[in-house]
Amino acid sequence: MGKRGHCKEHLRQFSDYIDGELAPDICAQLEAHLQECRDCQVVMNTLQKTIDLYQVAEGEETLPEGVRSRLFARLQIAQSTGKKPGE
Amino acid sequence: MSAARQFPSEFVDRLIAGDWQAFNELVDQTSAGIYGLGLRMLGNAQDAEDMLQETFLKAHNALRGFEKRSSLYTWLYRIATNEALMMLRRRKSEFHFDSEPVTQEEAENGEEVVDWCCLPEKEFISEETRSELTRAAVKLSNAMRMVFLLRDVRGFSTRETAEILQVNEEVVKTRLVRARVKLRDELSGYFRERLQGQGNNG
Repeated sequence: MGKRGHCKEHLRQFSDYIDGELAPDICAQLEAHLQECRDCQVVMNTLQKTIDLYQVAEGEETLPEGVRSRLFARLQIAQSTGKKPGE
Repeated sequence: MSAARQFPSEFVDRLIAGDWQAFNELVDQTSAGIYGLGLRMLGNAQDAEDMLQETFLKAHNALRGFEKRSSLYTWLYRIATNEALMMLRRRKSEFHFDSEPVTQEEAENGEEVVDWCCLPEKEFISEETRSELTRAAVKLSNAMRMVFLLRDVRGFSTRETAEILQVNEEVVKTRLVRARVKLRDELSGYFRERLQGQGNNG
């Protein structure tokens, strides 16, 4: 473990671990390290939590009705010129 | 995780052939996500709306040339991200705004590891926390924020994100790690204070 905080050299591995992209042998080594390094456990958990929070916050988003109607109004101008999409 | 949005081939053919009804369906299925990306990237509703409209007008004009080499979904997001990044570049040149991030070393320097996962759930869904999420994201460079939004919020794969942004996959991975770590560091500072507040309250 580093003198202060978690082990910086693992940051890339944490990210790959969360994405399930670590090679099996590296993954086993990292899991063994996590068993004995509390700071790294915390960093891993809070890294995952950070991602979760942004996903939850974004999940509630919808297009406001005014935005939708103005978008379609602008697109209808394009339609009314007689152009088909792609022309 | 992948956005896994694939439109049926027949639907894509209708779009390329100039079917307006299909185009309107495409708008309804994808506009909320693109508007959300605009809000997070540009930081205000008016710019997000401008970006949304420009994206679909450009998509409308370019559809005939769509060659099906990439998915229609990533193609559309490529137009949207180009539009957002262009608006940000214009804004930067107008206001000389510098949003370059601190380096990894600076961000880590002096960090004390705080476990804030144990906070009560209501802390995570409060309006104040939502504002904090926005504040933290604004501190990322445009390039890092875009990768984070595409990968972790929109759910595109590394390969899809690389395709959208026209960079190689290693660049996507590097930016994503830096973005995640920077956001975690920012949120740790905020939640540390919340934890201390809880301690003081009993």
